[in-house]
Amino acid sequence: MSAIEIPYTVEERPDTGLYNAKLGVWLFLASEVMLFGALFSTYVLLRVGADRWEHGADILNVPLATINTMVLIASSVTMVMSWASLQVKNFARFKLFMGLTFLCGLCFLVIKYFEYSAKFEHGLWPSTSTFMAIYFTMTGLHGLHVIGGMIVNGYLWGPGAKMWKTEPHRFTNRVEVAGLYWHFVDLVWIFLFPTLYLLPGK
Amino acid sequence: MIHDTNHKAAHHAEAHHEEMSFWRKYIFSTDHKVIGIQYGLTALCFLFFGFCLVMMMRWQLAYPGQPMPWIGKWLGESRMPGGVMAPEFYNQLGAMHGTIMVFLGIVPLAVGAFGNYIVPLQIGAQDMAFPKLNMSSYWVYFVGGVVMLASFFVPEGAAQSGWTSYAPLSVIATPAKSLFRGQTMWLIGMVFLITSSLLGSVNFITTIIQLRAKGLTFMRLPFFVWAQLVTAFLLLLAFPPLEAAGVMQLMDRVAGTSFFLPSGLVVSGRAWPASGGGNALLWQHLFWFLAHPEVYVLILPGMGIVGEVIANNTRKPLWGYTSLVWAVMILGFLSFIVWAHHMFLTGMGTAISTFFQTTTMIISIPSIVILTALILSLWGGSIRFTVPMLFALAFLPMFGIGGLTGLPLGLATSDIYLHDTYYVIGHFHYVVAPGTIFAMFAGIYYWYPKVTGRKLNDTLGRIHFWGSLLFINGIFMPMFIQGMAGVSRRLYDGGTSYLHAQHVLGLNKMMSVSAWCLALFQIPFILNFFWHMWAGRKAEENPWDATTLEWATPTPPPHGNFATVPTVYRNPYEYSLPGSETHKDFYPQWEPDHVAKARA
Repeated sequence: MSAIEIPYTVEERPDTGLYNAKLGVWLFLASEVMLFGALFSTYVLLRVGADRWEHGADILNVPLATINTMVLIASSVTMVMSWASLQVKNFARFKLFMGLTFLCGLCFLVIKYFEYSAKFEHGLWPSTSTFMAIYFTMTGLHGLHVIGGMIVNGYLWGPGAKMWKTEPHRFTNRVEVAGLYWHFVDLVWIFLFPTLYLLPGK
Repeated sequence: MIHDTNHKAAHHAEAHHEEMSFWRKYIFSTDHKVIGIQYGLTALCFLFFGFCLVMMMRWQLAYPGQPMPWIGKWLGESRMPGGVMAPEFYNQLGAMHGTIMVFLGIVPLAVGAFGNYIVPLQIGAQDMAFPKLNMSSYWVYFVGGVVMLASFFVPEGAAQSGWTSYAPLSVIATPAKSLFRGQTMWLIGMVFLITSSLLGSVNFITTIIQLRAKGLTFMRLPFFVWAQLVTAFLLLLAFPPLEAAGVMQLMDRVAGTSFFLPSGLVVSGRAWPASGGGNALLWQHLFWFLAHPEVYVLILPGMGIVGEVIANNTRKPLWGYTSLVWAVMILGFLSFIVWAHHMFLTGMGTAISTFFQTTTMIISIPSIVILTALILSLWGGSIRFTVPMLFALAFLPMFGIGGLTGLPLGLATSDIYLHDTYYVIGHFHYVVAPGTIFAMFAGIYYWYPKVTGRKLNDTLGRIHFWGSLLFINGIFMPMFIQGMAGVSRRLYDGGTSYLHAQHVLGLNKMMSVSAWCLALFQIPFILNFFWHMWAGRKAEENPWDATTLEWATPTPPPHGNFATVPTVYRNPYEYSLPGSETHKDFYPQWEPDHVAKARA
């Protein structure tokens, strides 16, 4: 739109060693840590104050969640592979791995959908108990983050990939930044899984 | 010489501008200056609207139960039956006054407007690091504002549970599960506003760290930029917990969860239909974890502006620049561990109270360092009493009163007596109203010539200043007296039905009349502001003889700001240095030594 060139969108600024979007995404992730930190604090506070607390494994589906954990970890690996493929200028392999990352995200959501509908069928709603309220709020917010990541990844796989022809370095940066976010979403699940599914009740 | 090249660039940029449609240039612009002006005008409108809300409340407080002249009839029978304010409407006004002033007025003005417009100029950047993100940040804020305003028109009106939305009151207020209820819309609006400030703060921090001009090291940054940097970190890290809390309260209201509803809750003699097991204090902790850093978000940009104006108008470097920078950083850090001093009365325990009153006393030290450095900056200066300087000077004692009256509130023992009285209202309004808002006015008068290319009228400015100073004290000083007499801040009748309040009731009329007079004295400002946008005398590039980079641009700065990206050669406030002549007593940051010396 304009003749303005914002510096360090592609190259790193020498004294900080970062390009703009990389610093930006780390700052964004810092605020995300505070968001989920508040939710985990809520879990701790409400659990400590409760008389009784459900054992997640009794009402939640641990095998499905274990599969989902594997799916997300796999997707983090494919995400790195897609970025690494761009670094060695192998665009076809990027398409393959980014596509796989997207499919893993989709697979996670489908499994989550089956989990949710099983809960609703058994009459377990957010209003049923404090445990269920936390379960639905935290996994729901995490699910929204997965959807957000999939939109970004889908864009980079599809229409956004055109940038590879014109500005390959900048496109590689974009994939790296999307990857940082995706790993964070993955990491949140790594905390959610034991907290909600595995910790014993009281 | 540098100005000539700037002019050429300005013409070039203007030629380029004409290709853009009206919409891209003024409405969906990615230019940080246009976005700053959008933020500024929107925020000023919200400030005025929030002020109108409280002026209506002041009628009810001064003349409880009497029909309000003129306006009473317009607002409808549900809000003003027979022209008399309904208690529910009074509560809506109170809750929305606080919300609008803090989240839609001051923060967007201090950060969105001043930060957006001035920071890239002061660091010698062409724009923010993420211009499109900047634009979306404004529009998300705008949507949040619209949601808040629209909540006045849903069934049962806007949120009524105070700007703090304490649970369980806020959860059980207007309990319909529909999204179109005041409190639910308040929560949705807050989610928008939090998202907006998140986008903004990522952008500010990245811009300041990445886009500083060559030679502009961190310790050469203008103090205003430092204040904005710390402010952005506070917004980045303190707001998300409130977003989490907002989502949970939304779940409580819409999905029927019990995050903030304790077991066995009885409302109007009936057991509340929810699972219980929640914790009402949890809301307060999450809310104040945001809202105490938020207080520093409100004041730090103001301090930054005052620092700029004082250095420029005393013709002296700021006293103790390094201490100021460290004080701001320490203040920012400490502001994360003082939040529970708002909760001494909740029964959270003496051990926790002791911790938080200790941190609260410690945080007063960097605040005092800042105030002292700003006051000492006046020492030995040849002070020019310009309109921005008047507002900046008034900021110092006003913020001082606000800060010092906070100490008894920070100590658990004295807070037990003063909590939730008008003393508290007086305290934080001294910080934010004659404190921050005066600093904002100083900023408006100081940068107006750069932004519009026109000068404001001096006489109108002085009338605005002296009238505002007098009447703003007329509003808030009596609040300390009422508060120490024990008058609660949340009384619909201003204390009329309370025996202990009888001897200070007369002050209600004084405060209300002062509020209305304060409104009258904003008229010269509004006239001045809009009239001189077109009719004012043309301003030159550097009308205040200032040293920082925003004055190196053409006036008003074109798209892209600088012709060539400037290089910085010196510290921000090199005024009255030995060897400089009296008529040109300053070395701008962008002039190399030989140019500056040749000119002097």
